[in-house]
Amino acid sequence: MPLFSRHLLGLQGVPREDIQLILDTAVTFREVLERPIKRVPTLQGKTIVNLFFENSTRTRISFELAQKRLSADIVNFSTSTSSTKKGETFKDTVKNIEAMKVDMIVVRHASSGVPQYLTRISNANIINAGDGAHEHPTQGLLDMYSIREKFGKIEGLKVCIVGDISHSRVALSNIFGLKTMGADVSVCGPATMIPRCIEKLGVKVVHSIDQAIEQNDVLNVLRIQLERQAGASFPSLREYHNYFGITSERLEKFNKNIVILHPGPINRGVELSSDVADGPFQIILDQVTNGVAVRMAVLYLLGTLNTRESR
Amino acid sequence: MKIVIKNITLFNPYQNLNKKADLLIIDGTITKIGSISAGESEGARVFEFDNKICTPGLFDMHVHLREPGREDEETVITGSNSAAAGGFTGIACMPNTTPAIDSAEVVNFIKQKAKLHLVDVFPVGAASCGRKGESLSPMAELFEAGVVGFSDDGSVIKSAKLLRFALEYAGMYNLPVIEHCEDESLAGGAMNEGFTSTFLGLPAMPSVAEDLIVMRDIILSEYTGSKIHIAHISTKNAVEMVRLAKQKGIKVTSEVTPHHFTLTEEALKSYDTNTKMNPPLRTKDDVEAILEGLKDGTIDIIASDHAPHSIEEKEMEFVDAPNGIVGLETELGLALSELLHKKVLSLEQIIEKMAINPRKILNLPVPQIREGELANLTFIDPDQIWTVDVKSFKSKSKNSPFDKRLLTGKALAVINKKQMYFEDKFFDI
Repeated sequence: MPLFSRHLLGLQGVPREDIQLILDTAVTFREVLERPIKRVPTLQGKTIVNLFFENSTRTRISFELAQKRLSADIVNFSTSTSSTKKGETFKDTVKNIEAMKVDMIVVRHASSGVPQYLTRISNANIINAGDGAHEHPTQGLLDMYSIREKFGKIEGLKVCIVGDISHSRVALSNIFGLKTMGADVSVCGPATMIPRCIEKLGVKVVHSIDQAIEQNDVLNVLRIQLERQAGASFPSLREYHNYFGITSERLEKFNKNIVILHPGPINRGVELSSDVADGPFQIILDQVTNGVAVRMAVLYLLGTLNTRESR
Repeated sequence: MKIVIKNITLFNPYQNLNKKADLLIIDGTITKIGSISAGESEGARVFEFDNKICTPGLFDMHVHLREPGREDEETVITGSNSAAAGGFTGIACMPNTTPAIDSAEVVNFIKQKAKLHLVDVFPVGAASCGRKGESLSPMAELFEAGVVGFSDDGSVIKSAKLLRFALEYAGMYNLPVIEHCEDESLAGGAMNEGFTSTFLGLPAMPSVAEDLIVMRDIILSEYTGSKIHIAHISTKNAVEMVRLAKQKGIKVTSEVTPHHFTLTEEALKSYDTNTKMNPPLRTKDDVEAILEGLKDGTIDIIASDHAPHSIEEKEMEFVDAPNGIVGLETELGLALSELLHKKVLSLEQIIEKMAINPRKILNLPVPQIREGELANLTFIDPDQIWTVDVKSFKSKSKNSPFDKRLLTGKALAVINKKQMYFEDKFFDI
């Protein structure tokens, strides 16, 4: 079965059967990653451009590896200069690259909505690799893949996203995806880091990390961006760690099995103490491996099959 | 030259005028109102505006002409052309040009450019030097040069002390201070803060950023006894505060743009940068409060906040794109479609808010439809159905979220300064 849309802009509105399909397809590719020769000819002859308008190491490498393992031809374009400063408009940049005949564009940008905008000016399949504080759908998918791998299901699980929800693109993709798959989703963080009206998305808001640990099966812990401290949305890293950081003492208090995810890179000693970051409850490196398989699945499904929408 | 307009409804609430008649205009002066005989029409150009409406020329008191400084986006002439096409015979232009309108030289430059045009152009002077909010502009000199109000529009007057002085100074000339109400410490986002901004992941600013300044300005207006005019009001709280202030007799007036009574923040879901403006599009609740404010007179004026931007500036990432849209050529159509035909306002109220009240606030004479008067008139077909096409705009810029929108009601022609604009052409009459 093909996917509904020819782009992956976000997980908002993506039907359950499509998420299911991507996750199931990723299982096959996950197996490829264990082979001595980790390469399949699936996307041979397809040209993919990775347009990264914002610094990124792991997401870009993960996409690149996924593309290489599918035998696609790839080109990387990275800049952290916005078009306003560069002189060339964003549209011109994209039009130039597209004129070189590309099939798919993977885009990351600090401004929300850029992937949507790309669909209006380009004919390529667009994959969002993170836009502003909006969505990061492949991260949401790899988080769900990792959760499903651990529990064998997603439906009915209680998942709490912890940290700076306001500035997170991971949070929204997790919320949309997990809700679609039937999980019970909540968010936890200081009130200054919870965006307004988020409860209208059907998520519960808690401000106590102990409560979050006690009531959930999974914690998806977001990175606290150190540079945000200057914005004074929380008093200090020390206070954040003391009141919202996850430590083994806190986990032991509830003596329960909990699964901890983190999209990386980790600030050890801030959102996670080092013993938790290396401890038995986390599946952080599994997420990284699964990320490649999930991205292979997305690239394969968008790159080789017609979509339901276009028929 | 002689022109005759047949069978028109003359409509001016300012004179309690509402009657059907023919109009004879000779050399730009209304010479006869009544039945114009064939003999009297001899040699005249005759317009058959059967069952259309003739009102005092419309006036938009919130326009950005971009000249001097950004002539690539708009000039005094192209902006005036856009105004005429939208049915306006007068506009007030905001001082956020480069240089700002903070000296008599810039006022005279703009007036000189506009001198021969049909549309009257009245500069608004900057309240502070360079609109920097640091020291008062030469307000007396600006008044003498002919400004009709003072504003740092585009920016708020941050310092309450400076605003107090600006109000006191403007009060000597009975001119309003026109305020762009926005607490800068809370503002700075790309859209209204709320569920939609959370959903779209866009940086946002709360509506209370506007409310706080509206409250401060009302209090300072009361204290100084001077006129404050709240530009582009957009929040429910602000409307309520203006209503209460008016009940207390404070000299506060307010205006709303067509986009703020027509659209909500839902429009941003397209990430179309033509839905990005400041104040941002708000919620359904805010729009309802605005409609209520228009009805009961809390909102005195409809003004476009016509803000031309080049295509390359708007074709940018949403967060980086500039705020604002052009509005002169869709303003009357939106007012008639959204307010008259949806029975929010009567035609009388619309003409008050688009022709009479702006002139009253700026101390300008309201044109009369009377024999012996120089004709300053707008001809309106309230029922004409048309589709907005930004490509046909007379404005140099095309940044409008209303492209392809179906509207009911349009200006047919305008007359002012012995000139007429009709069917895309200006000519002397």
